[in-house]
Amino acid sequence: MSMEEKQNSQTSLDFNQNIFKPTSREEIVEIVKTCYRKNIPLEINGLKSKNKIGRNFQSEKTLDLSDYKGIIDYKPEELYIKVKAGTSLKEIIGELDKNNQQLAFEPNDFGYLFSGQSNSGSIGGVVSCNFAGSRRFKVGSVRDHILGFQGINGKGETIKSGGTVVKNVTGYDLSKLVSGSFGTLTILTELSIKVLPKPETSKTLIIKNPHLKKALDFLGRALSSSTDPSGGVFYPDYFGKDFVLNDLTHDGGLTAIRIEGPTNSVDQRANRLSKELGLLDHELSILDSEQSNIFWSRTKNLEVFKSLKSNLLRIVLPMSETLQVIQKLKNFEIKYFIDWGGGLIWASFDQLNTKILSEIKDTVKKHQGYITLIKVEEDLKASADIFTIDPIKYKISEKIKRSFDPKRIFNPGKMYTGI
Amino acid sequence: MSSLQMPKVDNAIMSKKDKIASDLRGIINSKNVLSNPDELRPFETDGLTAYRQMPLLVVMPETVEEVSQILKYCNENKVKVVPRGAGTGLSGGSMPLEDCVLMAMGKFNKIIEIDYENRCVVTQPCVTNLAITHAVQDKGFYYAPDPSSQIACSIGGNVAENSGGVHSLKYGATTNNLLGIQVVLMDGTVTKFGGKAMDAEGYDLLGLMTGSEGLLGVITEVTVKILKSPEVVKAALVGFPSIEDAGNCVAEIIAEGCIPAGMEIMDKALTKATNDYSKAGYPTDAEAMMIVEFDGTEHEVEAYIQKTKEIAEKNNSSSLKISKTNEERLKFWAGRKAAFPACGVLAPDYMCMDGSIPRGKLAEVLNEISRLSKKYNLPVANAFHAGDGNLHPLIMFDANDKESLRKCEEFGADILKYCVKVGGALTGEHGVGIEKRELMCEAFNDRDIQQQLTIKVALDPNSLLNPGKVYPILRKCAEEGRVHVHGGKTKFPDIPRF
Repeated sequence: MSMEEKQNSQTSLDFNQNIFKPTSREEIVEIVKTCYRKNIPLEINGLKSKNKIGRNFQSEKTLDLSDYKGIIDYKPEELYIKVKAGTSLKEIIGELDKNNQQLAFEPNDFGYLFSGQSNSGSIGGVVSCNFAGSRRFKVGSVRDHILGFQGINGKGETIKSGGTVVKNVTGYDLSKLVSGSFGTLTILTELSIKVLPKPETSKTLIIKNPHLKKALDFLGRALSSSTDPSGGVFYPDYFGKDFVLNDLTHDGGLTAIRIEGPTNSVDQRANRLSKELGLLDHELSILDSEQSNIFWSRTKNLEVFKSLKSNLLRIVLPMSETLQVIQKLKNFEIKYFIDWGGGLIWASFDQLNTKILSEIKDTVKKHQGYITLIKVEEDLKASADIFTIDPIKYKISEKIKRSFDPKRIFNPGKMYTGI
Repeated sequence: MSSLQMPKVDNAIMSKKDKIASDLRGIINSKNVLSNPDELRPFETDGLTAYRQMPLLVVMPETVEEVSQILKYCNENKVKVVPRGAGTGLSGGSMPLEDCVLMAMGKFNKIIEIDYENRCVVTQPCVTNLAITHAVQDKGFYYAPDPSSQIACSIGGNVAENSGGVHSLKYGATTNNLLGIQVVLMDGTVTKFGGKAMDAEGYDLLGLMTGSEGLLGVITEVTVKILKSPEVVKAALVGFPSIEDAGNCVAEIIAEGCIPAGMEIMDKALTKATNDYSKAGYPTDAEAMMIVEFDGTEHEVEAYIQKTKEIAEKNNSSSLKISKTNEERLKFWAGRKAAFPACGVLAPDYMCMDGSIPRGKLAEVLNEISRLSKKYNLPVANAFHAGDGNLHPLIMFDANDKESLRKCEEFGADILKYCVKVGGALTGEHGVGIEKRELMCEAFNDRDIQQQLTIKVALDPNSLLNPGKVYPILRKCAEEGRVHVHGGKTKFPDIPRF
């Protein structure tokens, strides 16, 4: 225990307050033990960048982890960083920048969507939501980069899994299980995360093209080529004007493919890809590293949906199904863009009610995908399922939940009723 | 078996062998239920051959429905089940129990679908790892994780153990290349986790199942990602005058921002043994030898190879050879991939350990292994997936000599404890199985293990699926320190085991 933690642990807990803001693990343990004993549900928050995602639920107390922060250990040569869960992503990225390293999973910044400005949240929140950015198809999701964690289970016991080394198959891989569990299984206290060198340079091929079918064909061929792209998106006409950059004057629909790596290799691969896709000069713009970074940062930040009032859905599905699903969704008033080289749709709906939602869900399910409601109007949020699940997985998830949090005190009902 | 104890044999089950066999013959084709000792013998061990145990019965289901019905029957009748793929695992994960039904999945050996549009392959679990690559290589694709046993190991077994390989530094282990599985739980429930989409909804049950060593479910279908083969692959073979120099070279290559496709180190003993065995042209006078491989476009690979050359020279490399042709590159690897059989020539038996350590601790750990080798008077040779810190010491011993086996086990345990001490892990890719079960307390405290056990109980309340594996026999690790069972005498012999 550090000196700071020792001092904090001596502070006795005032349980009359409604919001706890612990600075030590011992305080968190004490809070959870008390809540466990008294059956008091807890809402768990980090920097509140994504706390509006998920079902509404009743909680008597709030555990605010924003002061439980700090970098514990960063070993650039071992390619990992170990941090407290409340540490802001901004601080972590700033530290990695100094060594030209990065979190390769490129987490979304939901701040623009929910508050009109950047708030990339805390690392605990990023892991709990497991939303990865455009490199998803190349480097995996957030969960693929978590080497280990320490957390507090629903009885107030400190538990850990994994470690700081990349290769580790000792026991069940609980790091995967807690990633994307929306704080319903454990209160994350420490996270060890894999970091990677930043690519030397990046180039983005922007193909001026308003047609989804053609775009998906470009993306599919690019991802199946040996040019090793690390990003592939399609923005329809109505979003084109959001991407006016020095080397991009086109303001219509566009397909963008990113190539990263050592400079001479990026040039070689970019040239080859444009030839393989049969692109003519007039339909192609190439963004250099700096502009390329701006483009992908806007994508990661969902900036085309900045301050969107409501109804943003995230739809994950096999790439082969995207075209058909979008064609069916066009029956409604939607605006969308495609990420993950075709495997992810971000779609906003002008009108959304339980009937339409259920229709959309059926469609997506038929095409082997799933929907998460990211931002919806309050009355719809109260009546609809935010996450979808089938009965068998529900039963298993319920058992898993109980094995971590037997009295259901962590974010109860945030994902599913009864979980 | 020397000091390892397995779950208590259920005599009631033993006495009902004929009835259970007859009931199972009512569920599946009777010729797929084996009960004669001669038929059972081939299943008595897996890749960890030092330990053997005949199962009560062997079943070889042919359909998912049969798997489901067998598990349901065994669950209702409290019969233990041990799942088995190709049986190549090195930690004893599919070693039978005396009173178990061994479920051999060998008949699930077909690739179901190759889907180039979604860049994935859907396959039955007993298709071999390499067969997946063979099925898609004519279109220029491959399946990335490549355990050394890839010619024989099954993809279902890879999922159960979360297998890695020499290329997992760049491409990840099984868990990072898996899209979905169909699984049958102990109560017979059939379900799917994941599919062809990149993520699945809700809790990451796919991630939980991967590497769970057959304790949570039986895998009946696997969907894996396939990747486009890189345009150019080149390797460098570098000799070093000391392990320290080799270790520093690895650290510097990583620090420079190069992520090789694979980076392997062998010590002098193994370099010599593998070179004698495979005539790979290794620098046998070097104290350590490194193979580093890069893949990508021609320019990219050239740039990385050049950088590697500079870093190696700075770190006193004594020899350096770059592969000029693909044949030459494969020859570089031939010796490394023959590390196990090469050791087989040197000693009657060898045990392959599998610790994971921070890259920077390589020299320290190898020095400790060398000290322990003298202490136990057993020779050891070391192979090391240097890029991702996964160490494979091969301890040579004689399994017919009980004292030699005992010393080997203790030597291995000391190595793994040291790996944990320097910040590493007990197992990087082989799994815990029975081999490292009692060492779990070195890595985890009682609460950590208890949390994992509650998950096991949640999915298999009677603890019938592959019991006695992964978790120590006694659950009170924190109080007991390392659990070691002497002559079957434990302090709490009747505590349930998982």
